[in-house]
Amino acid sequence: MINKTVKNAQEALQGVQDGMTFMLGGFGLCGIPENAIKELLRLGVKDLTCISNNAGVDDYGIGLLLQKRQVKKMIASYVGENAEFERQLLSGELDVELIPQGTLAERIRAGGAGIPAFFTPAGYGTEVGEGKESREFNGKMYLMEQWLKADFSFVKAWKGDTAGNLIYKGTARNFNPMMAAAGKITVAEVEELVPAGELDPNMIHTPGIYVQRIFQGEKYEKRIEQRTVRTA
Amino acid sequence: MALDKNQIAKRIAKEVKNGMYVNLGIGIPTLVANYIPEGVEVVLQSENGLLGMGPFPTEDKVDADLINAGKQTITTLPGSSIFSSAESFGMIRGEHVDLTILGAMEVSEQGDIANWKIPGKMVKGMGGAMDLVASAKNIIVAMQHTARDGSSKLLKECTLPITGIKCIKKMVTDLAVLEVTGEGFRLLERAPGVTVEEIQKATEGRLIVEGDIPEVQV
Repeated sequence: MINKTVKNAQEALQGVQDGMTFMLGGFGLCGIPENAIKELLRLGVKDLTCISNNAGVDDYGIGLLLQKRQVKKMIASYVGENAEFERQLLSGELDVELIPQGTLAERIRAGGAGIPAFFTPAGYGTEVGEGKESREFNGKMYLMEQWLKADFSFVKAWKGDTAGNLIYKGTARNFNPMMAAAGKITVAEVEELVPAGELDPNMIHTPGIYVQRIFQGEKYEKRIEQRTVRTA
Repeated sequence: MALDKNQIAKRIAKEVKNGMYVNLGIGIPTLVANYIPEGVEVVLQSENGLLGMGPFPTEDKVDADLINAGKQTITTLPGSSIFSSAESFGMIRGEHVDLTILGAMEVSEQGDIANWKIPGKMVKGMGGAMDLVASAKNIIVAMQHTARDGSSKLLKECTLPITGIKCIKKMVTDLAVLEVTGEGFRLLERAPGVTVEEIQKATEGRLIVEGDIPEVQV
């Protein structure tokens, strides 16, 4: 079996350059590639295009990259939790493309699956549809949307093996599987890295073919945005 | 007396039928889960990738890897399933989800909805709202009838950027239950003690009133 293991984030991010397009997994702060983001901060690469459902919060996740002005363009569906993002957007410092969440997910999926474009009803008749081809199918109007790809995809899984196979936990799965397939180089960080053969092939969410580099991440903080509890 | 948020949620809960798969938006729609009548079994979908959303966890069961679309910590239930966001929106676009309940800033008499952006002021993004309104078989809007300054949110045409066109069929506001027919807002029920005239005054779009209008039972 091909061994995809690298030592750490530093080795995993070799080849990352200014001006590149990245996909970063996660929904809110759930399932984000914490170690890859830290390494991007350390490397200080700039003029980045980041594709991610959200933009983190002011002081965590992609919010840290925004703070350091490393991001030129953000492609996301919801950025409500990040005041610095909203400020940079309204002041025109940051280029932003907001995309309906399902369209974003499907554009990424299409990128990894070799489908250059598809039609979706989401956004028809809204400003999302401006300048896009539309077409009627069975009496309903649809917009043509194109695939998204990235120079690097950074994904986070719960468990992974040396062959690059990944298993996610809970709703930390979110955008990670599609992004894994849509990156020219996909870097997977996992909480637990095991030798090939230890994970049940029936339980794999992301097959190793999509993953070029894998490492076991350090010190996952797993910050919670909205800690909601009930009394027992 | 206008309905409060919980009463709006309680009224909407009556629209939820046994066996439905339901997507609840953030705000008042989330409260609907608290009022689903006993004996009515529904499955709640969270569009980040979960079917069978359970209640908030107790302190000892909080899991950072288990959140809903509002980023709140939640639990699963027996029979829950978890999937990617692409799969999640596949089931939304594919009309497998029976009912969507969401909030709005404005609704037009044609059933257009605006709820994602106030130009120059608030740019949070549409999240899953555009996908949901474009595809849902059945959408109920929960909202306040008027803005804080008293201006109507039920309009001839939306003034804010649109989230979806001709998609809203039913609404529950603090003042009334209405059906959006394409020609106007047909008044179905009024909040207890609120008169048809008061609802008329609070509605900028065409209000259709036929016969006696009963009070909302909550």
